[in-house]
Amino acid sequence: MSTDKPKKPPLSPVRREQNRREFIRSGVLVGGTLIAALAGFVPIAGGGTHRLRPPGALKDVQLGERDFLSACIKCGQCVQVCPVEAIHLADLADGYGLGVPYIDARAQACDFSCDGLQCVLACPTGALTHSLNYPSQTRMGFARVARPDTCLAVQGKGFKGQARGADYRGKLRFDEVDRWNPIPVADHPYDLELCDLCVRQCPIEIRIAQCADGKPPSGDQNQCPPRHAIRLQPVGDGKAMLPVIEDGCVGCGVCEMICPVEETVIVIDLDKTADTLSA
Amino acid sequence: MNYFIESISQMLGRAPAKPLQDELKVEVREIYEEKRKHKLTKEELHALEEAHARTRHRHKWRNRRWATLIIVNLLFVVSYYFDVQLVEGALTASRVVGFHMADLNSALQVMLAYKHVVLNLLIGTVTVFLLWVLVGGRTFCSWVCPYHFVAEFAEKLHVKLADKKWIKPVTFHRGVRTVFYVIFALLAVVTGYTVFETISPTGILSRALIYGPGLALAWVAVLLLFEIFVSKRAWCRYVCPIGLTYGLVGSISPVRVKYNVVNCHHEGDCRKVCEVPHVLDTTIRMRARDVNVPIGADCTRCGLCVDICPTDSLNFEFVGSKKLG
Repeated sequence: MSTDKPKKPPLSPVRREQNRREFIRSGVLVGGTLIAALAGFVPIAGGGTHRLRPPGALKDVQLGERDFLSACIKCGQCVQVCPVEAIHLADLADGYGLGVPYIDARAQACDFSCDGLQCVLACPTGALTHSLNYPSQTRMGFARVARPDTCLAVQGKGFKGQARGADYRGKLRFDEVDRWNPIPVADHPYDLELCDLCVRQCPIEIRIAQCADGKPPSGDQNQCPPRHAIRLQPVGDGKAMLPVIEDGCVGCGVCEMICPVEETVIVIDLDKTADTLSA
Repeated sequence: MNYFIESISQMLGRAPAKPLQDELKVEVREIYEEKRKHKLTKEELHALEEAHARTRHRHKWRNRRWATLIIVNLLFVVSYYFDVQLVEGALTASRVVGFHMADLNSALQVMLAYKHVVLNLLIGTVTVFLLWVLVGGRTFCSWVCPYHFVAEFAEKLHVKLADKKWIKPVTFHRGVRTVFYVIFALLAVVTGYTVFETISPTGILSRALIYGPGLALAWVAVLLLFEIFVSKRAWCRYVCPIGLTYGLVGSISPVRVKYNVVNCHHEGDCRKVCEVPHVLDTTIRMRARDVNVPIGADCTRCGLCVDICPTDSLNFEFVGSKKLG
């Protein structure tokens, strides 16, 4: 510490050599660890980490998901509060997206059955932005009818049975069955003259119908979505109909989840939202 | 103030300074002189250590620590599994009965990369800061971090292999951790990604426990293999910025280990079991400047030295109060 110490004797050649080697070794350790750390950038650059994210996930036209990945503290509190267990944390293959929440809509979409956007409320860092209060304000992506030819409604067909088969584990909340608890889709078979599952189960459309009935969710008028998200439009004569996505779509993915056709007719585009449609 | 500077500069990588003869207090010099006159024989020392190894308290602090570490980590798991909302989240950030907590290093990475701080994160960070000032800074490492726990077993294997001369242990310059700290901070600022979080075994293990295992555990396995076959406790000693963050917090903590020179035989068993042996440099003959010397901030307060000391020369203290335990 003090400067009034006598000068240190010069190091012996052996000691100097040891120091030199230690320095080189330490440099190699830094280099090696940094290569591992920077490898996390590869999946990001490759675009492989582009996923459907929970409501409110930060998104930017220029930066993409960068702010979301950096703001997320990778704690999974959003995972824990989700009543339909839609949210998962990404693994090592996502690089810097490791531990960041995503949704696999086809397996289990967000159906807003918590009403209050619990994941947004749980997020401690604002990676799921708190400026969001209602499902209709969400901008996760935007639905697209990717395979209209296979759509049952387009073919004028109905649907009978379990939407995704008996082994499907996904859940949805059916207000008429249980207002508070989501149930397995497999426990809720349908018998429809014309398949309209994507419209029928759309959380935005459900809310619009409830509001039209004078029964908005939680009695809160603010829960009422201002615009429609999806509707069926007649094609040709007969009873054939085509699903059409409207600008009230929030990209939650329930339509993709419930579509009984393999592969799903309707998918969620991640690089589009209701707000970026006109742009 | 001297303790503060000395302890922090040691933590950043500086070798402990050897005190000159006249820097030692007169009382200490007398004690050393007395010890020189009455040296114990090898047999006497051996018998002393044997007797201590048989005592009931031989693993007191280790057992307390492991119990705490397991309980803390299980609380996360159990709370989620049974949905009791006692401890929500993971070690990187959580809510404990509703109160926000944020790991200081994870919070720092987020703040540097995202460059915005929301109130909840600030509350969580300040809460955790105050908590760890109170309980000893790097106490986080040895009493909470799940990687520390598994690394302790890797260390045992490493020591065994090294004893049998099957491997040649490699060491690095301790200052490299400071270099890493600066690099990870800069990377977060420059790239805008929380680069360190991707390779942090603490976060990976904590999430694996709570949300189920994943491929990321392979990285943890790589680190453990490196520690078993190449360099003892390499991650904690030379890389982990979490340790340095909590170490800085611990430098102003009242909970620390205190060394008393009077009964010490300077055999160095404490330094052998220590993850950060430079903090125990003072236990080497003629290195203690005073009769009682507080151990530096880099100490993880794991208590292994307290457990192994046959002469009760190392003890936990809460500054301003009596010895703990």
